[in-house]
Amino acid sequence: MTFEELYAYLLQKFGEEVITGQDEQSSPKAILVDSATIVEILSFLHEDEHLYFDMLSCLTGLDNGPEVGTMEVIYNLYSIPYDQSLMVKVTLPQDKLEIESVSSIWQTAEWHEREVFDLLGISFLNHPDLRRILLPNDWEGHPLRKDYQEQEYYHGIKVKY
Amino acid sequence: MGGFLDQQFGEGGIIVSKVDDLLNWARLSSIWPMGFGLACCAIEMMGTNASGYDLDRFGVIPRPSPRLSDVMIVAGTVTFKMGDRVKRLYEQMAEPRYVISMGSCSNCGGPYWEHGYHVVKGVDRIIPVDVYVPGCPPRPEALIGGILKLQEKIRNESRMKPVALEKILAKKKATV
Repeated sequence: MTFEELYAYLLQKFGEEVITGQDEQSSPKAILVDSATIVEILSFLHEDEHLYFDMLSCLTGLDNGPEVGTMEVIYNLYSIPYDQSLMVKVTLPQDKLEIESVSSIWQTAEWHEREVFDLLGISFLNHPDLRRILLPNDWEGHPLRKDYQEQEYYHGIKVKY
Repeated sequence: MGGFLDQQFGEGGIIVSKVDDLLNWARLSSIWPMGFGLACCAIEMMGTNASGYDLDRFGVIPRPSPRLSDVMIVAGTVTFKMGDRVKRLYEQMAEPRYVISMGSCSNCGGPYWEHGYHVVKGVDRIIPVDVYVPGCPPRPEALIGGILKLQEKIRNESRMKPVALEKILAKKKATV
């Protein structure tokens, strides 16, 4: 299935409310979807017999900066039987950084979501164990945010050079 | 200054020396480091320990526990998360204990000095360091150089001289 066919298939299935657009610049080509129905769409992509995206290659986050005021969650899917890749992008407003966890579909999402939570501060609802994965538990702030300022001291040790 | 055995040897199998020199010679000939590495410097440290450079010939044998170790070779990037553990391991070592800071990261933060929010900018902010080995990572020769420097430091120490007692006496004298 080509990207255009796939896009039309999803559009016909879910409608324009949910599938909000496409990004042909990205590699692999991406579909933009509404954040509220993310689990529904991704489970369809996972289970549909024409698609069968059985592997979540990567789940990552992106801060568009305080001027734009949005963050993104990006899912990179791969279908082993059909040898096809797909990117799914979700945009979240800065004042409501919450999205449903997809760890019930692909268990590998568990740690990826913890990483996004750790470095960008996006909350994943219904995640079984949402805590920091890289930084210590008592760290302040989320370092991959564009407006991040490191704390002055950590456990009495000066952070700056 | 030569080693202990380079000095007076002969004369019917009797060596005349100071107890300090004997103890120091024994200590500097068996510097046991704690076997732990933090980053790429650890690979060089392992290379130094292996047959090519053979640190064993200086009596340097990595130990599996801080309680058995004389020196901690901080080989690699010390993150803040690891910093707490490094401090605890140092505290678990029995005195006299030494620290070799190996490589730019543990000397001063290295390439992470400006943007590395997660890196301690020098392990000497957490624990006292005896010898700094520069390099990124240092070659095995450099690490061996650091060990020789540490041997030099141990050779000039005095375990027999009652330094603590002298300090107390001096304090008492000053108050009287």
